[in-house]
Amino acid sequence: MNENYKVSASPHIRDRIKSGNIMLMVVIALLPATIFGIWNFRHENAWILVVVTTASAVLTEYIYEKLMHKPITINDFSAVVTGLLLALNLPPTLPWWMGVLGSVFAIVVVKQLFGGLGQNFMNPALAARCFLLISFTSDMTYFVYDGVTGATPLAELKAGEAVNTMDMLIGNIRGTIGETSVVAIMIGAMFLLLMGVIDLTIPASYLISFVVFIVIFGGHGLDAQYITAHLCGGGLMLGAWFMATDYVTSPITTKGRIVYGVCMGLLTGLFRLFGGSAEGVSYAIIISNLLVPLIEKVTLPKPFGKGGEK
Amino acid sequence: MNKCTERIFNGLVKENPTFVLMLGMCPTLAVTTSAINGIGMGLSTTAVLVMSNMLISMLRKIIPDSVRMPAFIVVVASFVTIVDFLLEGFVPSLYDSLGLYIPLIVVNCIILGRAESYASKNPVLPSIFDGIGMGLGFTLGLTCIGIVRELIGSGMVFGFQILPDSYVPITIFILAPGAFFVLACLVALQNKIKRNLANKGKKVPETAGCGEGCASCGNRGACSGHMFLDVTEEKKNEKE
Repeated sequence: MNENYKVSASPHIRDRIKSGNIMLMVVIALLPATIFGIWNFRHENAWILVVVTTASAVLTEYIYEKLMHKPITINDFSAVVTGLLLALNLPPTLPWWMGVLGSVFAIVVVKQLFGGLGQNFMNPALAARCFLLISFTSDMTYFVYDGVTGATPLAELKAGEAVNTMDMLIGNIRGTIGETSVVAIMIGAMFLLLMGVIDLTIPASYLISFVVFIVIFGGHGLDAQYITAHLCGGGLMLGAWFMATDYVTSPITTKGRIVYGVCMGLLTGLFRLFGGSAEGVSYAIIISNLLVPLIEKVTLPKPFGKGGEK
Repeated sequence: MNKCTERIFNGLVKENPTFVLMLGMCPTLAVTTSAINGIGMGLSTTAVLVMSNMLISMLRKIIPDSVRMPAFIVVVASFVTIVDFLLEGFVPSLYDSLGLYIPLIVVNCIILGRAESYASKNPVLPSIFDGIGMGLGFTLGLTCIGIVRELIGSGMVFGFQILPDSYVPITIFILAPGAFFVLACLVALQNKIKRNLANKGKKVPETAGCGEGCASCGNRGACSGHMFLDVTEEKKNEKE
């Protein structure tokens, strides 16, 4: 076959941006949160986990594609994004080999077995996080900050204790490596928004529907401090800006994206308020990922020329 | 006697109910949290399968065609009840860990499938060996899945510590998702082995059909083999 001749389905819009460029921008956008996380958990040597997890994701992709005689796609940075996102979702004290196991699961089972980039049915990093959470529950919920073990602010909030929302905004709290600092995450998210990599629809509908759910069912009404604590706590910001907006596992149409965002908002609220654990963002996002094909089916626009409703 | 050994080989390898026919998935996925559970479930099913195949084969000329399903169910259910009480009386620990899945053997599609597609059309002796073969194939599948899940999920096999104490069990493997992972990997492995054998030029058994003609078979709906044969037959017809 002639390599230059490619048959593809419409639309035939062309752009110089390749998936590699987009993934590179996501990596850059994740850097503030990563650097803050490494600095924040410097006593726990979080950098080792971040480096090992990211490197093993790339290495796994390379080895798998080599073994399966497929084109090597590690240059498109998608494995870096997966590994880095997974690392940011892990508690800093996790043994390094669990990070490796998570990376292997994310790349091999969730991504490559379903056909590689563009074919994965749910976010690989989040699926791997849930895999680790189910497998090693005690290690995955062991949170340390500055040498002191304890509950995350979100768990304290659920237990009815007072939390410091300012600390939660800046990020010097217990949590996973990348989720603590809302400021650092927002710097990255703003970069992605300005570069046009993500649009506001999904995060906005996610966060708004989540707030509405919290206001109605949270039992605190319009208490600004309670709502802020919920918004800044846990993996909500990281999830809403970086993982819910994953191109592969989110709907295409604007209407579909709103439905998808509302689904995640309601599920997150449901898990956080009525679920067994304090956090539910990762489960909410991967369950909504599974609903995406259905959402796409319902929100499919009518092709031009087919006529309106009769 | 050749026919009988052929039946056992058929059940163990050619039409292994777990890895090839994909029948009886509910107990396969649910009870295989440990190897001993797999063996227990497999052998209980084998016992029921052999007895019901034998009885149904004996009664095949008496049971009217229109009520054969209720008749099969009554036969199967009687043997399941016997096995249920025997397990409760003699191996209570296994009975407790298998729980609800013992009575559910009644609706195990392997048993009804074999009754419908083999025992109701064949003499007694081959039917018994068909039951033994299918049952052992099921036991083999369940035990393999059970060993892998128990080893990864708790570091033990048959209750003996195999992996060192420093091994951290990956708990997900003894939960529901682990059953799917292990089943998928084992099926892939067995397909790979079969394909390798085929590439070496050895004769590999076709996975389709029970040796009977599919067009006249009453079990077409439940049997996974007829798709393949139907397609090949259609192609033949087209050529003619």
